[in-house]
Amino acid sequence: MKPAPFDYVRPASLAEACEVLAGDEDARIIAGGQTLIPMLAMRLARPARLVDILRLNELRGIRSDDDAIVIGAVTRQVEVERSEIIQRGLPLLLKALPWVGHPPTRNRGTVGGSIANADPSAEIPLVAVTLGAEIEIANPSGRMGMPADEFFIGPMLTSVMPGDCVTAIRFPVWAHPRVGTGFHEVSARQSDFAFVAAAAQVAIDDAGRCIDATLGIGGVGDRALRIDVTALVGKEVAQVSISDVVRAGTADLEASSDLHATADYRRRVAAALGTRALEDAFAEARSRNGAVQ
Amino acid sequence: MKVKLNVNKRVREADVEPRKTLLDTLREDLMLVGSHAGCEHGVCGACTVLIDGEPSRACLMFAVQDDGYEITTIEGLAAAPGELSIVQDAFCETHGLQCGYCTPGMILTAHALLTRNDAPSRDDIVEAISGNICRCTGYGQIVEAVEFAADRLRKTNAPRDPLRAPADEAGKADASEKGVLGGAHIHGPGGGRL
Repeated sequence: MKPAPFDYVRPASLAEACEVLAGDEDARIIAGGQTLIPMLAMRLARPARLVDILRLNELRGIRSDDDAIVIGAVTRQVEVERSEIIQRGLPLLLKALPWVGHPPTRNRGTVGGSIANADPSAEIPLVAVTLGAEIEIANPSGRMGMPADEFFIGPMLTSVMPGDCVTAIRFPVWAHPRVGTGFHEVSARQSDFAFVAAAAQVAIDDAGRCIDATLGIGGVGDRALRIDVTALVGKEVAQVSISDVVRAGTADLEASSDLHATADYRRRVAAALGTRALEDAFAEARSRNGAVQ
Repeated sequence: MKVKLNVNKRVREADVEPRKTLLDTLREDLMLVGSHAGCEHGVCGACTVLIDGEPSRACLMFAVQDDGYEITTIEGLAAAPGELSIVQDAFCETHGLQCGYCTPGMILTAHALLTRNDAPSRDDIVEAISGNICRCTGYGQIVEAVEFAADRLRKTNAPRDPLRAPADEAGKADASEKGVLGGAHIHGPGGGRL
């Protein structure tokens, strides 16, 4: 046995889980365990108690709300990949998922787990930041929602306090009929940690003018960041150079250097992948006819 | 802690520490040593087992979490003692193994793929086994083995999956109505299958 000893509890409700978490600062949540268990095996994490929320049905499932899709925290990644609601309303998340781990880890790994883990190169947090998702959190005193860009504050660091539990992620769905998405990533091997990842979503009107555009870059700095591409809005795509806009937006990115890639390399790749992701997104939006899906 | 595990269609009981992985429990308490311990932190795939028909890493689950699941190990694939499943036989026929360390994980992963899709493309196969590392074969003959098994499965007259058809459990997370999360009817004590 490689992990240090711990107690294991499986609360019957979210309220009970919050109570246990609030009463024991050495307790940690486990859901899919696909990141936590390796950390335990290497003894990088040594919680005194694991609170298993994986089977809390109130935290599981995918539902469509008026202008958003809500994914319960313990919904497994594979369930998102096979969901019709996601296929219809969140194509960007669907494009990112094949890059998340391997099929066997996606069978166990959860959406909320990836969000709460806050790895700077993780794809699901990147999509959450890119689309401006809201992270729903519960604790013994109640529930609250927090915008993704306030939730993630650093590498493996979030605004979640001890005793808090991520319960769901609310991804906004764009109402425009002609929406396109793009996702690109560079890593040593497919499914390995991203050196750089770019996620883009755009909407155009029937004249081909950009109505809305968003671009997120992950893996470069200490968390996923949204890049300012408002210069594209209101313009016809042919009139502007996407790469100029992206290059301007990524010029000041704070990038980290490590064994795999220098900061300068990461910035250059961020500009290239960001451009590619936006180009893909516009091409996809153009290929949609104007009818509401 | 006592835990009841449904392994290869038999309910087995084990008394384990919470920190004992499903892999160690299978190997040490249930003597099912066909699931191999490789890296023991989720990288290599040698410990792959099927959880409700889907490949998962037994080293990334604790046994105390796993009551109520249908767990299938390599020992549970063949129809009868002394026989081989179609996928196992295909690996022998095409020399899809050398040292054999990765083989149980490869075969279970391939089995799950072919249960869902009996006409996979080469890319489908490569993606499916991308989480299983082999240091001998260079993967060529493993991919060939899965293609061969798929071909045989398509031609066979037997029921596709003697274990269970997963019936796309994972496709059921969508909620049918607004305002509630959809998981209530599956997965979990008191709800549905468990």
